[in-house]
Amino acid sequence: MDTQQILINLAAILAGAAPLIFATMGETITERSGVVNLSLDGKMLLAAMTGFAVGVHTQNVLLGFVAAAGVGMLVALVLCFVSLGLRLSQTAVGFVLALLCTDLSSFLGNPYVRIPGVAVPAQPIPVLQDLPILGQVLFQHNLLIYASFLLVPLVWWFLFRTRAGLTLRALGERPTTAYARGVPVLPLQLLYVLLGGALVGIAGAAYTLDLKQGWSYRHIAGTGWIALAIVIFGGWNPWRVAFGCYLFGALQLFATRSQSLIPNVPTQIFQVAPFALMILILVLVNAGSNPTLQRWIEQLPAPLSQPVQHVLARLNTAAPAALGQPFRRP
Amino acid sequence: MTDNLPTETTPEALPAPPLPRTRMQPAIQLLTSAAIIIGGTLLFTTLVLLASGTAPLEAYRLILSGAFRNPRTIADLIMLTAPLLLCSAGLTLTFSAGLYNLGIEGQIVIGAVLAMVPLRLLPDLPPPVLWLLALSAGASGGMLWALLVGVLRLYTNVSEIFVGLGLNFIAIGITLYLVFGPWKRPGVASMSGTEPLPEALWLPTLEGSRLVPLAPIIALVGISVVWFALTRTHWGLELRATGLNLAAAERLGVPAHARLVQSLAGCGALAGLAGALQILAVYRALIPNISSGIGFLALLVVLLVRFNPVWVGPVAILFASFSIGSIQLPLQLGIDSSIAGVLQGTLVLFALIAQGVQERRR
Repeated sequence: MDTQQILINLAAILAGAAPLIFATMGETITERSGVVNLSLDGKMLLAAMTGFAVGVHTQNVLLGFVAAAGVGMLVALVLCFVSLGLRLSQTAVGFVLALLCTDLSSFLGNPYVRIPGVAVPAQPIPVLQDLPILGQVLFQHNLLIYASFLLVPLVWWFLFRTRAGLTLRALGERPTTAYARGVPVLPLQLLYVLLGGALVGIAGAAYTLDLKQGWSYRHIAGTGWIALAIVIFGGWNPWRVAFGCYLFGALQLFATRSQSLIPNVPTQIFQVAPFALMILILVLVNAGSNPTLQRWIEQLPAPLSQPVQHVLARLNTAAPAALGQPFRRP
Repeated sequence: MTDNLPTETTPEALPAPPLPRTRMQPAIQLLTSAAIIIGGTLLFTTLVLLASGTAPLEAYRLILSGAFRNPRTIADLIMLTAPLLLCSAGLTLTFSAGLYNLGIEGQIVIGAVLAMVPLRLLPDLPPPVLWLLALSAGASGGMLWALLVGVLRLYTNVSEIFVGLGLNFIAIGITLYLVFGPWKRPGVASMSGTEPLPEALWLPTLEGSRLVPLAPIIALVGISVVWFALTRTHWGLELRATGLNLAAAERLGVPAHARLVQSLAGCGALAGLAGALQILAVYRALIPNISSGIGFLALLVVLLVRFNPVWVGPVAILFASFSIGSIQLPLQLGIDSSIAGVLQGTLVLFALIAQGVQERRR
């Protein structure tokens, strides 16, 4: 593979991971505030369909994204009402919403299957696009992709360098303490779940209006679950989550490319590989916290057990302490 | 999150301890719940139908009555209800243990795949022996796939939700590989599946109908066994204690982790049995969509009845009738049959809302 090919691949990875960046950043914000939004998969599909449909009718890409963000927020609002307002299991409500939104997208999206729509126009950045190497990799995309580049540092800065971000994290770690300090826990959680929902909605439309243009039945089914797993892999840290997205994008690209390089391996292996990898990564990320497994590793021969323990400890991530638990006023 | 998510979320979903109340209250509660569930669902689905430009009344009539139109659709209804009941029974076990077994779709699929193995390898055995072999292979396949979830959950603390979902996709990948690879039809491989089984190997049907009486019988036995095990045995008590509070159950000497894995194994076996029935009694071949979403539908059923094994039956029949009834919608009204899924999902959502409203009032 020559340099030119490598640069093309790198640019493709960055672009291909953009929707995942939007979705995972949205979910990172949501989960950092202590709420699990398991409805991601269906919500992305519904937002993707809505964004595409609005784009078709208005011939306006921006309106498509606005509508998709609106749908994401609407679904998030339902989740908040049932799980924060009525204090029911977030897992149950999220799962039901995921299925419901998937079927809604199939039903309402029926007239839009395989028809031409609008797309985000390419917008190379003047001057910067002519930079050697960097120009081709970073600056010959469209506004959506640039936004995904900016989103990661922005979310990190907000979470870890601002007062509001500190409060947000307190919601997910010690909501009662935050409440005692005068933080309006539920309204803020509502706000951040809605914000996360809007980002997830944009992620859905990013597929139908840019990366996998057009709409078909269950267009991007499965992506939402991958996004949820990447958030866990990334330990709710924007940088590491973004790394997970790009790693996943790279592996996917590698899979599609090797399909033509190694034709005697059945294609299904490549289609399934991301999900097998998802399980493997979750196992690695969680293994460090299991006492039984720890005991096993300690019994390994010394030159092996030390590095294994080290790697597992590095990979181990801890969820926000109050994640998934409905807040009750003390 | 991965460890405490499932165990922490279940207690609120289980019946609250009885409170002193007057005789009128339960009736009022029931009426409010019914009003929320039926009113909310009708309002939402009607809006969806109107948005798609469909006459709502005509659509409702077809969905509700479609399954009972003639003996043929009734046979279809029973053949869909049977695997749905088996899966719902299995999920009642895992939900009681506090687990969200979203991997049930994959457990059905692997059950179906393994059920094919004896049918393909030993077609010359007497059919009854083969049926027994296929059913047990299916049950063990589903159990194996579920145990994978259990082992990972137990030894690495990975959430059973994500492992299960990942394994679903892998199971479908395996099916596609078999259908397009080693088990492909002579000549053309296609999404229509493998070569149909020889007619001698089909489970016997009622004369002139697609109804296989054995399927509903197996399903009824399955749900009865689960009901008995959960509510009438010490094992079931320990399982429910584990679901309510794993740490407390362990302190009391309940082998909680063993109960978690056993509930998954039981659910997997029932789901695998459902998969074997899909092969032996419904499709008579391995097709890529062999599970037909029955596992996820069963999750909705069990969430709606709040893990109560007695109500699983009626709700499973109701949901199956929506699915069968909506099959003719594309032909008659030109709309997509996924409206059945919308209706089922909305019902469960409003049932959850009704439950939350009731609990708030106390």
